[in-house]
Amino acid sequence: MSRPGGWKRLLPTVGPGAAWLVLFVLVPTLLIFYASFLQRDAHGWLTGPLTLDNYRRFFGLDAGGFDLLYLNILGRSLLLGLVTTLVAIVLGYPFAFFIAQSPRKNLLLLLVVLPFWTNFLIRAYAWIVIFQRKGVLNAVLGHLGLDPVQLYPSWTAVYVGTVYTYLPFLILPLYASVEKIDWTLLEAAHDLGAGRVPGFWHAVFPQTLPGLIAGILLVFIPAVGTFVISDLLGAGKTVLIGNVIQQQFGASRDWAFGSAAAFVLMGVVLAGLWLYARKAGERGMEELV
Amino acid sequence: MEQRKLFKGKRTRTPGGETLVRLSGVRKRYDGGTEALRGVDLEVKAGEFFSLLGPSGCGKTTLLRILAGFEEPDAGKVVLAGRNMRGVPPYRRPVNLVFQNYALFPHMNVYDNVAFGLRMKRLPEGEVRERVGWALELVDIAGLERRRPHELSGGQKQRVALARALVNEPKVLLLDEPLGALDYKLRKQLQVELMNLQEELGLTFVYVTHDQEEALVMSDRIAVMREGRIEQLGYPEDLYERPASRFVAQFLGTSNLIPGAALEGGRVETPLGTLAVNETLTAGTRVTLSVRPEKVRLRRRDAESANRVRVRVDDIIYTGAENQYLLDAAGFELVAYTLNADVQEPGHEEFDYDEEIVAYLPPENLVVIHE
Ligand SMILES: Nc1ncnc2c1ncn2[C@@H]1O[C@H](COP(=O)(O)OP(=O)(O)OP(=O)(O)O)[C@@H](O)[C@H]1O
Ligand SMILES: [Mg+2]
Repeated sequence: MSRPGGWKRLLPTVGPGAAWLVLFVLVPTLLIFYASFLQRDAHGWLTGPLTLDNYRRFFGLDAGGFDLLYLNILGRSLLLGLVTTLVAIVLGYPFAFFIAQSPRKNLLLLLVVLPFWTNFLIRAYAWIVIFQRKGVLNAVLGHLGLDPVQLYPSWTAVYVGTVYTYLPFLILPLYASVEKIDWTLLEAAHDLGAGRVPGFWHAVFPQTLPGLIAGILLVFIPAVGTFVISDLLGAGKTVLIGNVIQQQFGASRDWAFGSAAAFVLMGVVLAGLWLYARKAGERGMEELV
Repeated sequence: MEQRKLFKGKRTRTPGGETLVRLSGVRKRYDGGTEALRGVDLEVKAGEFFSLLGPSGCGKTTLLRILAGFEEPDAGKVVLAGRNMRGVPPYRRPVNLVFQNYALFPHMNVYDNVAFGLRMKRLPEGEVRERVGWALELVDIAGLERRRPHELSGGQKQRVALARALVNEPKVLLLDEPLGALDYKLRKQLQVELMNLQEELGLTFVYVTHDQEEALVMSDRIAVMREGRIEQLGYPEDLYERPASRFVAQFLGTSNLIPGAALEGGRVETPLGTLAVNETLTAGTRVTLSVRPEKVRLRRRDAESANRVRVRVDDIIYTGAENQYLLDAAGFELVAYTLNADVQEPGHEEFDYDEEIVAYLPPENLVVIHE
């Protein structure tokens, strides 16, 4: 602020929001950042002196030699986030249009949010009931004369569960964009010689970008950090970065290492988003968001 | 760019060119049940400025959308530049539409908007640049290339929309109330620019408007529409001077409509007395006589003879250029306009409230409407 009066005048308006952010975002983040440089004492409490050991351990630069364990886990989590987001787009993008043009859009929207009314754990157990060896899926396969499949616990189950859990978070913001589409722009594009595909790409797709981007963020970020889904549908055999972090703060009681892992995850996600935003910006899309 | 000449004299009529648009028996009913078009026939020749005029909801936009290919007619034939358009999608038709709300692409700047059609045709970028430059120059907005639509005024948006369509050199340019959203002054200015553009480039326009004055000023020919049909089609003067129906007489300008019954020898029995007309009529038929307010002659005293009606001045409305007299002819209401410029003319008279005067309805100005 150049003028001293400036920020005093702004305080009443941005003040509450800023205070909220400082209290619930900045302070905890800084605490975790600080903790990630501490060590675990014999009773599992945090103690000094400051060290880089936690980060060394995460990146496999331990005294014991080069070990890619945690980087592998991080890679697995990012892959899960990416695939989940892609599958959610493939399923959710057409579905958002389907809702928007349907005469029963309210019913369809209700169906999209309906799962939120049931506790998440119960829904996860429902998937177990479907996937387990003597479960619903294998019963159906048996009736069709097909061989049973062993899907619980498995990575497939984790992927299905993650897509299932986060799909609504893509559909809802996307639907909000689709609902507002100005279809005369598509007519204008057709009128100017654009066929079906170019017409959609130049006149409709840009209008869905704000919702699509919001949806991608809402799916990708939590999917990368998920641990409950892999706990339940992977039965502890599918370890993700979220499981690692949760374990450090729980059973292992190594808050310092847990903090470091959490911080690396946050750094990677933020870096990814930044790259993505920059690329989008290059293509002149930033005004759309 | 040099200032455009305001007016270029009388517009050339009956362009000799080929017929570019031919509609026959076109009908359209929307899903909702509204019958928007109930059998429309018309032809537009190359180089013609053709207007579709009519009140809101009469089917003008529907007709234009059928030409552009956004709607298929339920019945009838659409032929554009000699080709039957049945089943031809909008992106393969030799026409372009200027949308009522402009429909500019909000995420593209002016240049990209105008270049869109050319790029869809995969023209080389060099040629695109040249032609976009030409189009922007043509509509007088060179220099705004990098602006986004939301950074433009209404008039500028209209120009971009026009350039975006014109740059494709369509055989027929369809315009849906292109000036409807602009203020009066700007509308007048753009009317002249559009007319000059159309004439200079020899373009063919199908122009939708609900503004009768705009249609009269701009068009070579006008089709007056009403409830999905063409009520009358012709040159502007013909429509104004010889309206074929009460609707046209009232929609184009103001008219005194006098109901009557035909008598022998070109006379009509009316509430104003017996009036002579320049037409032989079958005795007994019911007709309506239409006379334009500016064609009613007012005199303080006049020889008692045919087509002269005693009236009392009920009200005088001063509009600047003219005085509008509301007259009471024994219970029947007549309207007459006198030009204020006539004050200098010999024999010009002005009248007062409640004055008893004589209104002369010249037989040659009484249009007989058979309905
Ligand atoms: N998509 C549609 N579905 C159902 N009815 C429609 C549709 N579009 C237009 N109509 C109806 O068809 C009739 C003609 O509409 P149209 O838009 O062609 O009128 P218009 O002459 O362009 O009117 P305006 O001057 O108000 O633009 C109207 O009664 C309108 O309500
Ligand atoms: Mg319309």
